Amino acid sequence: MLMFTAFSFGQKYMTKNGKISFFSNAPMEKIEANNNQVNCALDIKTGDFVFKVLMKSFEFEKALMQEHFNENYAESDKFPNASFKGKIVNITAIDLTKPGKYQVTVEGDLTIHGVTKKVTEKGTFEVANGKIRGVSTFKVKLADYGIKIPKTVVNNIAEEVEIKVDVLMDPLKK
Amino acid sequence: MNLKKITLLFCLLTSLSLSAQDDLMNMLDDGSQTTNYTYATFKTTRVVIGQSIENPASGNLNFVISHHFGHLNEGAYELFGLDKSTIRLGLEYGINDRFAIGLGRSTYQKTVDGSLKYKILRQSTGKRNMPISLSYYGSITINTLKWADPERKNYFSSRLSYIHQLLIARKINDRISVQLTPSIVHKNLVPKIQDPNTIYVMGAGGRVKLTNRMSLNVEYHHILSSQTSKDFDNSLSIGFDIETGGHVFQLFFTNSQPLFERGFLTETLGTWRKADIYFGFNIFRSFVIKKPKSFR
Repeated sequence: MLMFTAFSFGQKYMTKNGKISFFSNAPMEKIEANNNQVNCALDIKTGDFVFKVLMKSFEFEKALMQEHFNENYAESDKFPNASFKGKIVNITAIDLTKPGKYQVTVEGDLTIHGVTKKVTEKGTFEVANGKIRGVSTFKVKLADYGIKIPKTVVNNIAEEVEIKVDVLMDPLKK
Repeated sequence: MNLKKITLLFCLLTSLSLSAQDDLMNMLDDGSQTTNYTYATFKTTRVVIGQSIENPASGNLNFVISHHFGHLNEGAYELFGLDKSTIRLGLEYGINDRFAIGLGRSTYQKTVDGSLKYKILRQSTGKRNMPISLSYYGSITINTLKWADPERKNYFSSRLSYIHQLLIARKINDRISVQLTPSIVHKNLVPKIQDPNTIYVMGAGGRVKLTNRMSLNVEYHHILSSQTSKDFDNSLSIGFDIETGGHVFQLFFTNSQPLFERGFLTETLGTWRKADIYFGFNIFRSFVIKKPKSFR
């Protein structure tokens, strides 16, 4: 175990200001929110890939919307973080120490609003200047995570929101 | 024996691969603890009719319509007060996360009020732990009624009164919030010689969320010692906050007719005992004047 830990130095990349945005495209209203304080870490040896997202850090154009998001939908007091714990499935097929663009498939447990679901999503990793930039766009069904949309606002909030992830990770120095 | 060894090895291996992800996760946690500020202690900038700890959000302009009907005990002839009304129209703007300004005009005594509100302390957990939120609220009201006696020498300063409040609030959990509101009201001109110019009032209020979109709010202000010549009552208001997409409605019953601090803190005439109370509502509409950083 000690050896394993020692061996894995220099294999880890991380950031504390990654970006996640989400878009809700409903007939009556388009809603966008940005979070620029996303924490994520990657172990390029094992392919382990984890995210931690503080829900309160999502910024909306309208302050009232942000409050409603935290209070009524994400319930950020009860569930302060969303997280992802998973793996790059095809890590053995690619070499993230070499500059270039790689297609990756990520698989793992996504936890939002206290509900954990197994997910598999595709994305790209771009290696340049010793950094790794991970980008992915995928969709999340709110109902899957126990987030209820009241009937009065079904035209304002989409059932399925698009999530854009853009994280630029630095190698972890020790 | 062999089987045991294999099982042990298997367990070790799985725990190893699990803990590798957990290690990564823990790495995200340590060192960079952030301050987690409490939000939405109250739904609006009012508990019921008095100020709450909330400010209009930075860069947001709130248009506030406060409306009272007449006395509830006026009976069916006045449709239980609905035939009459008292209104205050107000604007409030959040200059930044801590500082807000406000302006209002009430039909009651044709009063104009201007206010400042500053968040001194913000309840938070994490890196900085703060059990309460504390704000200062100050307001000047100008009575613009025609002089009662235009013959004598009247001074503009006689129209003015000043209000200083400390708002001390705590969001106890996601449903319950409480607030203490000590106030000082200073009137430049009072009706009688035995009336003090400065009156001290202690207020308390709170809310219980009944659902995510509705809460029950109560607010009470106690005039400390008998400081007024006329038989003014202490102000008690009970209301519901109802939130719909872009608006917040507050529906309430109160024994205070005026909707600005000097009036309801020190000049409340109605009493709950005789159902001498008013039904009223506040409507809040928020406009984004300055967009947040990531939307500019």
